[in-house]
Amino acid sequence: MSEFGLVALLVGALGLIAIGIAGLVLARNLFRLVLALAVAEAGANLLLVLAGFRQGASAPIIEGGSTLHQVAMVDPIPQAMVLTAIVIGVGVQALALALAVRAREAYGSLDMDQLRARMEADIIAAAGTAPTTSQEAPSGARPLPPPLPSPARIAAEEPSS
Amino acid sequence: MTALDLVILALVALLITGALAAMLLRNLLGAAVATALVSLGVSVFFVILRAPDVALTEAAVGAGLSGLLLALAARRLGLWRIEVQQSEEERQC
Repeated sequence: MSEFGLVALLVGALGLIAIGIAGLVLARNLFRLVLALAVAEAGANLLLVLAGFRQGASAPIIEGGSTLHQVAMVDPIPQAMVLTAIVIGVGVQALALALAVRAREAYGSLDMDQLRARMEADIIAAAGTAPTTSQEAPSGARPLPPPLPSPARIAAEEPSS
Repeated sequence: MTALDLVILALVALLITGALAAMLLRNLLGAAVATALVSLGVSVFFVILRAPDVALTEAAVGAGLSGLLLALAARRLGLWRIEVQQSEEERQC
């Protein structure tokens, strides 16, 4: 594998991460959010294993039960971490999918905007009061702070010596 | 440029295409299949990068189990349809 292949692998891993993060930010469907998370996770795993790669090295497996003959091996630490990360990633994905199923059962939609609107309506109905903030008026109506005293008044009120 | 470089280049193109398909396809079941495809391509890369154990796990867990989870969740979410149906309820991306 030449330098070109390694650069292509790096570009692929970074591209997967970029596409996944863009999907996480831009997706409006809860199911697609889970898919974007899986894609970004695959890219991150690939980047980590690529970080432990050495040119011309063998897999980190000791053959023949002897450590006497020195063979160049790739770094096994990132591989062990990635092995853990794959399994954890599937666990996170299962939890996210279960939450999506329950959200659809409760609110009947997977669209983020509709979910937010229905959840806010639900919260307002349960609380019994109108919200003080909304998307149109994010900070609500606040009283203005008292005006600062002018320099002339400060000079007049100070005891002149 | 060796033969392995050509294989890597083709696989990178496949991965990026699969990721874009997972983000842009209107059919969410097809998008889930594209995500499993990305996982399979990454497992081939693990073999090339001298990590056969990680490749085994990625193919079995990342592609197999995760694809199964996505398919079951898609069925429960009512997304299990082959042809694209456009409705106001499901605006995507």
